[in-house]
Amino acid sequence: MAALPSATQHQVVEALPATKAEARGLSFYYGDFQALKGISMPVHERQVTALIGPSGCGKSTFLRCFNRMHDLYPGNRYEGEIILQPDNTNLLAGSLDPIDVRMRIGMVFQKPNPFPKTVFENVAYGLRVRGEGSRRTIEEKVEQALHDAALWDEVKDRLRQPAYNLSGGQQQRLCIARALATDPELLLFDEPTSALDPIATASIEELMHDLKKRVTILIVTHNMQQAARVSDFTAYMYLGELVEFGVTDEVFIKPQKKQTEDYITGRFG
Amino acid sequence: MRRKHQDVVFALVGIVALMIAVLTFLALFVNMALDGLPRLDWQFFTNFPSRRAAQAGILSAWVGSTLVMVVTAFFAVPLGVAAGVYLEEYARKNWVTDLIEINITNLAGVPSIVYGLLALGLFVYQFGLGQSILSAGLTLALLILPVVIVATREAIRSIPQVIREGSYALGATRWQTVRYHILPYSSAGILTGIIIGMARAIGETAPIITIGALTFIAFLPPAPVKAEPPFVSLDWVMSPFTVMPIQMFNWTSRPEAAFQDNAAAAGFVLVIMTLAMNAFAIWLRYRLRRNIKW
Repeated sequence: MAALPSATQHQVVEALPATKAEARGLSFYYGDFQALKGISMPVHERQVTALIGPSGCGKSTFLRCFNRMHDLYPGNRYEGEIILQPDNTNLLAGSLDPIDVRMRIGMVFQKPNPFPKTVFENVAYGLRVRGEGSRRTIEEKVEQALHDAALWDEVKDRLRQPAYNLSGGQQQRLCIARALATDPELLLFDEPTSALDPIATASIEELMHDLKKRVTILIVTHNMQQAARVSDFTAYMYLGELVEFGVTDEVFIKPQKKQTEDYITGRFG
Repeated sequence: MRRKHQDVVFALVGIVALMIAVLTFLALFVNMALDGLPRLDWQFFTNFPSRRAAQAGILSAWVGSTLVMVVTAFFAVPLGVAAGVYLEEYARKNWVTDLIEINITNLAGVPSIVYGLLALGLFVYQFGLGQSILSAGLTLALLILPVVIVATREAIRSIPQVIREGSYALGATRWQTVRYHILPYSSAGILTGIIIGMARAIGETAPIITIGALTFIAFLPPAPVKAEPPFVSLDWVMSPFTVMPIQMFNWTSRPEAAFQDNAAAAGFVLVIMTLAMNAFAIWLRYRLRRNIKW
């Protein structure tokens, strides 16, 4: 993306899109270890927000707070809030069942993790989990999700074949289709291309660009070029703290903090 | 030079150790087969035991063994699998589950006669089940429960965590994850464990004698199907019975040499039954795993 003149930048900042989710003073503990320290930042609706930072900075930990993935393991604790709009729900509220959170928020993992079932069953799973009984509805939604994940043309003749016969890039798009089939409001990507080759990576990035028209995306990436290419907003994290958050172009071209600049220019990290 | 020398020595020791195990089994098996094979004909399977060695057969024994195995599987499989799934997928890891884990490991090492004594007091007298197929099946179910639980847990543990996370991330409950992923993907390992446990149970003698299986029995339990409604009958579970190893034990304690051959023949059949179950387990594991890759 080209650098914007500063006047335009201000306009962008003023015309911020609506907030889909917002972390407020979010801290997270693995037992006694504090992995996140008071993070506050918005995730804007129908935009791609990238989380960058060196390994161990807590970006994946932060991402996994949004769908309460940490609840699967004992000894984890949240403090603060993540507010999801439009209904002002605190995702971290103890009274809220994590399953209800995951019904609204989808996730794509680092390594493609299709289930050892058929292509069709992989995408249909989220619908079956929700108790969708109509075969017709399931078939329609599976096809739609595969179209949305730009995979339909490649798999339409092998829906009944095992998903592991697909290539790595196809498997990852299958996982995206699986998440899309249930119409999530927010889609979390945890380094989705780190196990893929450059061509498969490009197709995933292109897909993300199309998807943001209808779904909010939060992505963790190790690859700064990727963050620059796909995201509208970027958050730089270091040692569990949010160092800088802003419009991607601003963060990459005129970072406010020296630390961010050092990381982005490759002087550290 | 010296290091290579050590390598050769260890390889030789290993081969010798292996050969001792293999040859001992082979010698026993061949010896038994030589004694017993001449006795193996159709009548041997269809005759009841008899005072005349030449007419004696193993009908009541193999029917008894089969029925006891059915009862054993009926109780051990759901209990063992449920316990294994609970410990792996539901239970929090704390001192209580640690204690349970130690207990299960120890249970696997308890001598089978102790299970027999427990069963005699509990099933036969306390519950009033008598010296029946049901008592024997329950006893052997207890005996192989640890094997089934451990096999279930091992099989479940081999499922990658990303599969579970993938399921939960889509909003699945624990039960849905177990039902659609954990059980189907671990079924090969679980079934293998069940069959190996059953192969052990079919050869058990001590606990069955303790609860009072008959050593000489010339009738079969009531048939499980009837001509009149409701067509199925569970009367057989309360029937007295004998099993293969007890029939062998009975024959080996006779003075006449002809009965020794009967015992050898029955032993041969029992070993073949066990080997067949193990072979089935291997085949099943291969077949079920073929469709599962991570």
